[in-house]
Amino acid sequence: MESPITVWQAIAALLAFAAGAAVVAWSFRAGALALAPHAVARVLRTAPLTASFGLVVILAYVVVALLAPVLAPFGEREVVGGEYLPWDEVHLLGTDNLGRDMLSRLIYGARNTVGIAFATTTVAFVVGSVLGLLAATVGGWLDQVLSRAVDVLMAIPALIFALLLLTILGTSIPNMILVIALIDSTRVFRLARAVAMNVVVMDYIEAARLRGEGLGRLILREILPNASAPLVAEFGLRFCFVFLAISALSFLGLGIQPPTADWGSMVRDNATLITFGDITPLLPAGAIALLTVAVNFVVDWMLHRASGLKE
Amino acid sequence: MTTEAVAPLLVIRGLRIEGRAEESWHEIVCGVDLTLHRGEVLGLIGESGAGKSTVGLAAMGFARDGCRISGGSIEFDGIDLRAASRSVRRGLRGKRIAYVAQSAAASFNPAHRLLDQYCEAPLIHGVMGRAEAEHDAVDLYRRMQLPDPDEIGFRYPHQVSGGQLQRAMTAMAMACRPDLIVFDEPTTALDVTTQIEVLSAIRDIVDQFGTAAIYITHDLAVVAQMADRIKVLLRGEEVEEADTRTMLAAPREAYTKSLWAVRSYQRDERPPPPDAETPVVEMRGVTAGYGSLDVLHDVGFRVHRGRTVAVVGESGSGKSTAARVITGLLPPSAGEVLLDGVALPPDYRRRARTQLREIQMIYQMADTALNPKHRIREIVGRPMAFYLGLRGRALEARVRDLLALIELEPDEFIDRLPSELSGGQKQRIGIARALAAEPRLVICDEVTSALDQLVAEGILRLLDRLQTELDLAYMFITHDLATVRAIADEVVVMKEGRVVEQGPKSAMFRPPHDPYTELLLSSVPEMDPDWLDRLLSERASGVGGATDAPAARP
Repeated sequence: MESPITVWQAIAALLAFAAGAAVVAWSFRAGALALAPHAVARVLRTAPLTASFGLVVILAYVVVALLAPVLAPFGEREVVGGEYLPWDEVHLLGTDNLGRDMLSRLIYGARNTVGIAFATTTVAFVVGSVLGLLAATVGGWLDQVLSRAVDVLMAIPALIFALLLLTILGTSIPNMILVIALIDSTRVFRLARAVAMNVVVMDYIEAARLRGEGLGRLILREILPNASAPLVAEFGLRFCFVFLAISALSFLGLGIQPPTADWGSMVRDNATLITFGDITPLLPAGAIALLTVAVNFVVDWMLHRASGLKE
Repeated sequence: MTTEAVAPLLVIRGLRIEGRAEESWHEIVCGVDLTLHRGEVLGLIGESGAGKSTVGLAAMGFARDGCRISGGSIEFDGIDLRAASRSVRRGLRGKRIAYVAQSAAASFNPAHRLLDQYCEAPLIHGVMGRAEAEHDAVDLYRRMQLPDPDEIGFRYPHQVSGGQLQRAMTAMAMACRPDLIVFDEPTTALDVTTQIEVLSAIRDIVDQFGTAAIYITHDLAVVAQMADRIKVLLRGEEVEEADTRTMLAAPREAYTKSLWAVRSYQRDERPPPPDAETPVVEMRGVTAGYGSLDVLHDVGFRVHRGRTVAVVGESGSGKSTAARVITGLLPPSAGEVLLDGVALPPDYRRRARTQLREIQMIYQMADTALNPKHRIREIVGRPMAFYLGLRGRALEARVRDLLALIELEPDEFIDRLPSELSGGQKQRIGIARALAAEPRLVICDEVTSALDQLVAEGILRLLDRLQTELDLAYMFITHDLATVRAIADEVVVMKEGRVVEQGPKSAMFRPPHDPYTELLLSSVPEMDPDWLDRLLSERASGVGGATDAPAARP
């Protein structure tokens, strides 16, 4: 009966959102251009609207994550009312299956989910790129050993492997970070090695080797600066994958454990509401989707810059 | 040639082409006029960046990505190419106007056989059927003097040599019997001996079919063989145009004269060193190779202080491999390398820092020899910091001295990135980096082959001056005998990994020669427009002593 109206409303809302996003992105870029120092402004000027939008969203998430205790109206684990309360003035987004404030948990979830994903990606990157660059530079048996080990790890489906390891090691946040970082570092290793392989054959690397430069200098000063663009872009993409992996693990119950607020488990806990036509459980999912899209927008732009394409 | 009153085939008037860089359009061709009659060959010469290729492509009504034709008219056989629709232009390309690119290896699709790629244009344009096209291909392959013309079409591009590929590409351009072919430096990437084959094949076929051609090159001697008229370009503008013989005999403009003068640069051979002097570097009975394949066989030569040894030979002769053995990148399976009479460890990783310092290298491609992320300050400063322990002010002062020595203004260049330098400037930085280590021997691996002649001459003069000032020994790897003539004291001729002849330059350029040396020497194009004809007829009649003279079947 009322469904046609909601469809139209949904379309209108989407259009309004897109327009709003464009306005936000545009004003962000304009504002940043005015405020930023010259060098940063020069880079920013090349950013398309999508990338500025991505930057705004990422920035907003970071602010929310950092200021969670200030922004959230209630505590993360505080039971403040009945279960599944609808949206009202006190509980703007209602309450969840245990009567905790949904908005507060969304805000704290940013801190947990994004923070853990960032830590995991960083670990994966440090491990993967150091080993990848080393394999490419040294070559020979070291390369063989590392590459074959990575092949073996990559042969096992990632999610199943993560579930397996977490079952063996027990579920805790440090364990989860290490397990996901290990699995993702294999992908980073492959990329870092491939990129470095193309750099290692350059004459300037031969010149540095013939000069007698040590391995550390060779990797850090000669190769890394020339391999950094694809690696940075990969960092953005990898961050999204890690983020989704954590949410997936949490949804399956092996990730971030209750009562810690986390977007993945929030979807699972409140999934029953969807049956009643309530969109509240989709909000954490939407938060995940929005960040993923935002990060990808920025990554696209950086890849574009790195590849040196015009227009 | 045909210059009677019939309408010319191609008329370009006031051609202007703009290129996009840094968000704005810059003019790269500024008002060039060009007239080409049927059956006529026009040589376009100039340095890189002169707009030769851009003009050549514009003759097809085409502008590269990031370029646009902004003014002037291009009229091909009465058709205005600028006003013509896309489909009209497409109908002309490949059928009536063809293009032969500099690098055939990069222009063929590696996934298809030569014959399939040959047949593409005739079939698309509906000139002939498949069977007819294949038959025609074999005929053209034969006329291009390709070996085994019946079978070669069934090979893939990687299965034939560079010179053969270039000829196959010319045959392909001929497929629809076009009225005009644009040759864009078709022999620049080839050895001198291969170049002759390709040049004579191109010339024959252009003659046979009366095709008009625009021949783009930076090599004056080549253009002298190929063109009826020569047009000189400089920074997108015409300098002068004249009949080939007139132009060669009496160039009008100062710029053209300077181009002509380059080839005459030469310095006298230095007196031989005393017999007792220990050579800076000596190779003794070196045999080396990759895996089980030996690339060098019993190679030995000496390089003395203050002298230049030129190592010459075709690609694949082992010149660069010899350099890799000396630097220690490729440990030999037999023989040794001596520095000041003391045997060096075969592997560079086992050499002492001072031993590494004494042998430095300058690379062919300055683009890949300089780290694109490092500033000049660091590129030139690093060897000093590394070997000599210089820091801070002392280091900066030394870098500036060195930049001044290689004739680059220190204040202007010290904080630049390699991408902000021209080709010649990059090569100078490569020289500065080698000198920064204060070496005794500098290995120059084809250091001028990627540069324009004027720039290359500047580099040669600079190297020569530095040699006198710093008493350096040079090992100069090159396939260009003009370079050898210019700067060498001694010459080592290599073929298939063996030294076929070595001795002082004066003796090398005086007969009698080893047959291979003779072949190399006689293959260097000369400015005389009759040179190629004379050479081919000599080789055909067996005079000149070349044992395996190519491309000269009667």
